[in-house]
Amino acid sequence: MAQVFHPSMNTFARVTIFGAVFFAVGLLGVVYAVFRSPYMTGQYVAVDQPIQFSHEHHVNALGLDCRYCHTSVETSSFAGIPPTETCMTCHSQIWRDSAMLAPVRESLAKNEPIRWNRVHDVPDYAYFNHSIHVAKGVGCASCHGRVDQMPLIWKDQPLTMEWCLGCHREPEKHLRPREEIFNMKWAAASEREQLELGRKLVEKNHVPVHRLSDCSTCHR
Amino acid sequence: MRKTSGPDFSALRAGLDGQTGPRFWRSLEELAETDEFTHYLHREFPEAASEWADPTGRRNFLRLMGASLALAGVGVTAPGCDVYNDPPEKILPYVRQPENIVLGKALHYATAVSLGGVGTGVVAETHEGRPTMLEGNPKHPDSLGAIDALTQASLLGLYDPDRSQVVAKARAISTYDSFLGATLGVMDAQRAKKGAGLRLLTPSITSPTLARQIRALLAEFPDAKWHQYEPAAPHAARAGLKLAFGRDVSVRHRVRNANVILALDADFLANGVGRLADARGYGIRRDPGPDKNGMNRLYAVEPTLTVTGSSADHRLPLKAADVLPFALTLARKLGVSGLPEPPASTAVAAQARFIEALAKDLQAHKGKSLVLVGANQPPYVHALGAAINHALGNDGPDGTVEYAEPIEAEPVDHFASLADLCKAMAAGKVDVLFVLGGNPAYTAPADVAFAESVKKVPFKVHLGLYEDETAALCDWHVAEAHELEAWGDVRGRDGTVTIQQPLIAPLYGGVSAIELISGVLGHPGREGYETVRETWRDKTPKGQDFETFWRTSIHDGVVAGTAAAVVKVEPKADLGPVPAVETGEGFELVFRPDPTVWDGRYTNNGWLQELPKPVTKLTWDNAAFMSLATAERLGAVDGDVFEVAYKGRKVEAPVMVLPGHAEGSITVHFGYGRSRTGRVGSGTGFNAFALWTSDAPGFGPGASVRKTGATVRLASTQEHRNVDWNLPGNTAKERGIVRVATQAEYREHPDFAHHGEHGHEPKKGDTLYNADFPPPTPGSEPDYQWGMVINLSACTGCEACVLACQAENNIPVVGKAQVLNSREMHWLEIDRYYEGDPANPSVHHQPRLCMHCEKAPCEVVCPVAATAHDHEGLNVMIYNRCVGTRYCSNNCPYKVRHFNFLQFADLRTPSLALVNNPDVTVRTRGVMEKCTYCTQRISQARYAAEIKGGRIADGDLVTACQSACPTRAIVFGDIADESTAVAKLKADERNYGMLAELNTRPRTSYLAKLRNPNPEIETQTEPTHHGV
Amino acid sequence: MASESLPRPGGRGDGEGHGDGRHVLAPGHTFATVTDKISALVLTRPFNWRWFAGFSASIALVMLLSMTVVNLLTFGPGVWGLDSPVMWAWDITNFVWWIGIGHAGTLISAILLLLKQEWRTSINRFAEAMTLFAVACAGLFPLLHMGRPWFFYWLTPYPNTMAMWPQWRSPLVWDVFAVSTYGTVSLLFWYVGLIPDLATLRDRAQNKLARIIYAVLALGWRGSAIHWHRYRTAYLLLAGLATPLVVSVHTVVSLDFSGGIEPGWHSTIFPPYFVAGAIYSGFAMVMTLAIPLRKAFELQDMITMKHLDNMAKVMLTTGLLVTYGYGMEAFFSYYSANTYEGFLQHNRMTGPYWHTYYLLILCNCITIQFLWLPAVRRNVYMLFAISIVVNIGMWLERYVIIVTSLHRDFVPAAWGMFRATFWDYGMYWGSIGLFFFLLFIFIRVLPVISIAEMRELVHETAGRNGGHGHGHVAGPEGASSSVTTGA
Repeated sequence: MAQVFHPSMNTFARVTIFGAVFFAVGLLGVVYAVFRSPYMTGQYVAVDQPIQFSHEHHVNALGLDCRYCHTSVETSSFAGIPPTETCMTCHSQIWRDSAMLAPVRESLAKNEPIRWNRVHDVPDYAYFNHSIHVAKGVGCASCHGRVDQMPLIWKDQPLTMEWCLGCHREPEKHLRPREEIFNMKWAAASEREQLELGRKLVEKNHVPVHRLSDCSTCHR
Repeated sequence: MRKTSGPDFSALRAGLDGQTGPRFWRSLEELAETDEFTHYLHREFPEAASEWADPTGRRNFLRLMGASLALAGVGVTAPGCDVYNDPPEKILPYVRQPENIVLGKALHYATAVSLGGVGTGVVAETHEGRPTMLEGNPKHPDSLGAIDALTQASLLGLYDPDRSQVVAKARAISTYDSFLGATLGVMDAQRAKKGAGLRLLTPSITSPTLARQIRALLAEFPDAKWHQYEPAAPHAARAGLKLAFGRDVSVRHRVRNANVILALDADFLANGVGRLADARGYGIRRDPGPDKNGMNRLYAVEPTLTVTGSSADHRLPLKAADVLPFALTLARKLGVSGLPEPPASTAVAAQARFIEALAKDLQAHKGKSLVLVGANQPPYVHALGAAINHALGNDGPDGTVEYAEPIEAEPVDHFASLADLCKAMAAGKVDVLFVLGGNPAYTAPADVAFAESVKKVPFKVHLGLYEDETAALCDWHVAEAHELEAWGDVRGRDGTVTIQQPLIAPLYGGVSAIELISGVLGHPGREGYETVRETWRDKTPKGQDFETFWRTSIHDGVVAGTAAAVVKVEPKADLGPVPAVETGEGFELVFRPDPTVWDGRYTNNGWLQELPKPVTKLTWDNAAFMSLATAERLGAVDGDVFEVAYKGRKVEAPVMVLPGHAEGSITVHFGYGRSRTGRVGSGTGFNAFALWTSDAPGFGPGASVRKTGATVRLASTQEHRNVDWNLPGNTAKERGIVRVATQAEYREHPDFAHHGEHGHEPKKGDTLYNADFPPPTPGSEPDYQWGMVINLSACTGCEACVLACQAENNIPVVGKAQVLNSREMHWLEIDRYYEGDPANPSVHHQPRLCMHCEKAPCEVVCPVAATAHDHEGLNVMIYNRCVGTRYCSNNCPYKVRHFNFLQFADLRTPSLALVNNPDVTVRTRGVMEKCTYCTQRISQARYAAEIKGGRIADGDLVTACQSACPTRAIVFGDIADESTAVAKLKADERNYGMLAELNTRPRTSYLAKLRNPNPEIETQTEPTHHGV
Repeated sequence: MASESLPRPGGRGDGEGHGDGRHVLAPGHTFATVTDKISALVLTRPFNWRWFAGFSASIALVMLLSMTVVNLLTFGPGVWGLDSPVMWAWDITNFVWWIGIGHAGTLISAILLLLKQEWRTSINRFAEAMTLFAVACAGLFPLLHMGRPWFFYWLTPYPNTMAMWPQWRSPLVWDVFAVSTYGTVSLLFWYVGLIPDLATLRDRAQNKLARIIYAVLALGWRGSAIHWHRYRTAYLLLAGLATPLVVSVHTVVSLDFSGGIEPGWHSTIFPPYFVAGAIYSGFAMVMTLAIPLRKAFELQDMITMKHLDNMAKVMLTTGLLVTYGYGMEAFFSYYSANTYEGFLQHNRMTGPYWHTYYLLILCNCITIQFLWLPAVRRNVYMLFAISIVVNIGMWLERYVIIVTSLHRDFVPAAWGMFRATFWDYGMYWGSIGLFFFLLFIFIRVLPVISIAEMRELVHETAGRNGGHGHGHVAGPEGASSSVTTGA
């Protein structure tokens, strides 16, 4: 009787069967890559804000210190977003009627807060605390990137748990001297120097490296 | 603890303005926007009332209603736990940043919360302007840093979405202004007739400001009358002391000084005025001390098995009516002169030996003994108590009891006062009635027809937190501001005043009694702040300027030097004739305020409804409590509904067996069977007030009961029905879960706690595991090793710790139906074991929380490592990793893990979201949870210490349960450091680990319980398995 | 071709079949007859009201299952009667029960194949199918019993942004591996065994679509000697692979309990006696299925009393092993002098759940004693009844182990009770529905008995069955080709 399929199908069958294996493996690889891609982590995307506030201008051009606006970064879990008043300390004098600043004046007039869009959003079950990181020698730039070069702010690091653990396991690769914390430009001359310095700082700042990857360090 | 003095209104208002901290503004932003919430705030009566009836429905209702705050502060819900799955957030900074506020850091304010007019000093923790936790104020004489369940739970009352939120005229929405308009109108009419038709009805008042205002009001309207009515207050004590001393005095106990204490139907450890201070004094003296002979001895004579009775070394169950003859017999034995022959009582006669020994014991400790009489006993017994204390010299210089000026602004007989009012109203003599707080329509005795007579009053105003039974009868209802929302002042037991400062702007725009009276007196706009300051301005001590005085007083939470003056009084020789002890056929009916919902003011408080009532472990209901024998005689088991008839009135009440209850006596609790309350309290229990009469406020004879055939399921957190009543107790003893001995035995065998341990706990090195703490890592200083010791001798089972834990850790309320299915979520439970004769068992209380085993069985079985150990010995639970296999709970020998079988945490009701502690994840459905040793507090303490470059010092860090405990039975700290308090206790020979032979190496351990019985009553026996 | 034109040797179609129970295949069968008989069930589907009734019933139960699952996922595990301390109950009971049932298939196919037990031939096919479906049902429960089932994949090791692995010490993780491996291997084994038959169906199918589908599945099988050679090797290899799994799966499952410290769980004898129990319940279920099946489709010639007799013997043996297990449990609890173990056993026998314990003993230990009697082993009705009883008994065994151990363990204050809700029942019956649903479909689309192996049986039993049958006795491959050409 007639064959149901043409003999060439045999080859086709073999190819598909073996191909399936490689396809499965390949798929896994793709998933791995995608979940770490900026597409998923939302890195490098300038977030739209009610006011076109330029960190580049204020930090780089005007040389404002981070703490001028982010006042509670050394004392609280939350770095602090400046109240409208803070903006107005200068902008009641300069750029008083620039259209760009209208929302700020409006906020002060109406006593309504400015609605910024959050850029660095750690999940609520991860209890991040700015003050302790600053105290132990983690620089702003380490997590927030070169804010002084961002006209509009974006997320520089993935902020995945993997990424957090990277530093919590090997802080010496990232720590810097206390006085350089707020310095955007600081970087150790070489990897070797960073490691030497890092090890010293771990000692000096009492960084309990073995404890840093305990669940309770971040989760409650 | 960091405290910030002074008010900060922008900060307080922040709670509603949405200009607040990290975990919060997202929610507030929505809160401000969603019309559900606006509607929520403005609706007259909460909808879907029908839903309230059934508890599960109630939960669904809770879940479905309100603005959708759904994911506020709850990362766990987001399926997939990575950043990119979170909903986008907004950040709303302040427009003007208030000083003191550092976003993300808690502030602490000292204030006071009152019960029955008497204040307990608290320190409130606020996050971005919303109070999330109350703790005792160490500087307050009535708190000494501890806090009880009721005081703690008033915090939830603040956020109760069912609180009345409007000014209502004839139950239609109106405004405060139109109310004032109407009021001023009628007041003018009254002014014409000197206020002859004006009446004021208030609860007990100790507030100097309120008193000052009321007096001002009475001055303006000389013929007006001020009536007071507080259902559950020490009326008999007031009357009794007046009888004894011929004048009004208040009494203070120095329990700490007492070697021998006799509680005559007095639940002084958990109930009534000064409970926390008394419990502290008692707890300190439950320590045998170096000479192993330092313990006090507590005798309790009572009908109902109370917290005090369950902690007593000797407890004598007597019908309430037999307490008088008992006291009289004792008094005569102690040589109190001029006392008549005690009325015949077979029950007392049978106790000759007991009384003999007791008398001897009291004699032996003249000046260092103490007799306390409970509010339930008639005045005469209180007078007797005073006489006995005097005869024993206990009221001497550094004795155990002292008398002072009354703390009430106007001590009166409340029952008479209410009766007068009703008579006047019935006679139509009353044109204007102000009911300032309280709920007399519900709490009035059945023989005082308040509800009927009040209808005759043409203009009646009710100021209250809820649109309750009384509000329904009044023309005007004004939403009252919660104590935590308004300015005020209140006295403690010893008269010390606390100035109450608001922690948040009134959520529902209520006014305080102070503000209302100002309004009536013609200063409508005047803030409570002004009025209170005015009171204190002229009370400023010499040589101090007012502002400093004011600020220090507010900061400390106590106004220095305001304690009531001690008075030197002696009881009269002749206390007059013995009141005829009513005896009648049938049962004696004992009336008590409910241990959790009190007189009904907390009926709508989920925390208290679900808090297992001390000893009985009943939740969500009240019951007719009776002894095992009585129940057997009636053929009753728990939950059988009986019709209780008393003085011609009837209620239907479910029976609950309470071993140790006096024979022939039945106890009922107030506070349930409310006809108008919120969605939580509706349909719970029966109304005991319906049987209660003013002529016998404590108890009365002649009650009859009849089985109706109906049954209800009583949600008790410890199984009764399927368990032979003393099986658990005996099993616990046999397994060495509770270990008990007398002080005498302890002297003989200091290591009694370790007698007959089955299979000894493997010692270090015996096991395959490294039996030591995690090895210290070179280069970094040693880790803290957290551990806890619970002193069973001091624990009274008052459940304060349970509620503190609930408030601190966002533990959800699950509802009666779930409790019936033993799904309650309390991380810390107090186990109650009965032992011995059911007629009068000895009771053991044992707090049970996560043991933080060094070799935790839960950790090895979790497939996703959602529960693991950290280097400081914490057994941590990571909710967002948990997939909910529940294997950990099955494998936990202590069964301290609690599973979110359903969505228990209320994520929808906006006002309830405000009470959550932002430092603790709100758990969602399908995850396991358990005690964390307050890991969030550990973290906060660590940040504080390490930013300064130091270490956490012993005492800087206390867990919520520890800070609440009135007797200081719970001690927590670093056990690796020998110098800490907890390490010293760990070294004590009485220290033992529960089920330690399983080699779980529990970090939470217990100090074996010591009793101090009178050898003449209890013949000493050798300790067998873990003591007697 | 019409099957009725063929002789129907011996097939009396009564419940008894061949009462003597000597034959594994009724005399008088030829390659052609077996081929026709079996393939006819699939190809020329005569309407069978029994099949239809059963199928509809099972669909109804599948509806119930889907309803319960939706409800469960909407509200959470709280819809079940679970509470503290009983955090596992029907969910895990059902899981273990199904997994146990899933054991017979592979045991029959693999181990009996290696042991050259020819009587396995006519039952292995649907026993394997049964295994697959049982494993499918079993898989439902551990998945759905989770509080947050949408995170089930966290139990598997995969590269994630949380830098987390599963917790390897947990028996549950190994359950995932054990069960999935077992499922995969069983599936392969079953499929490989099907290939020659699929070819036969391909060649006989009249319907074009059916032909194509069978052709695809048959992987171009032509029955050449080289095919047969590879087929045999592959089949044996898989048999070798599957054999250890039979033991390993239930051993791992038993570790869920013996790995814990709960009295009543923490026991070293669990692995062997769980495996015995599994085989016990597995054979009971095969019996429960085989008896109606042979009746409904008149397969008494092929599933003869000999088969039932042998299976009964296996049940008796494993049943006695299980009984021994219970005895030992009781003995240990007394002999260990361990307070908790002692209390547990006492509580099982006299506590609130005493009835489940005695019922379990009755079902699993007392009832099977009848199987000592040959008369009982030859009576299909008795066998059917007993097999049902044993199925119930084995469910009770898991229930007793889980619930009565948990409800009163170490701390008396934490004791509790378990009460099942509608949703517990619904999910259980629903899973049974799913099981039969799949089974009924299988009966209709694939040969319930391995045609190729039956042909071998014809060949091998030719002498014993009085030699009549096909003229030339060829090897199976010959047979295959001869049949195909004959079509």
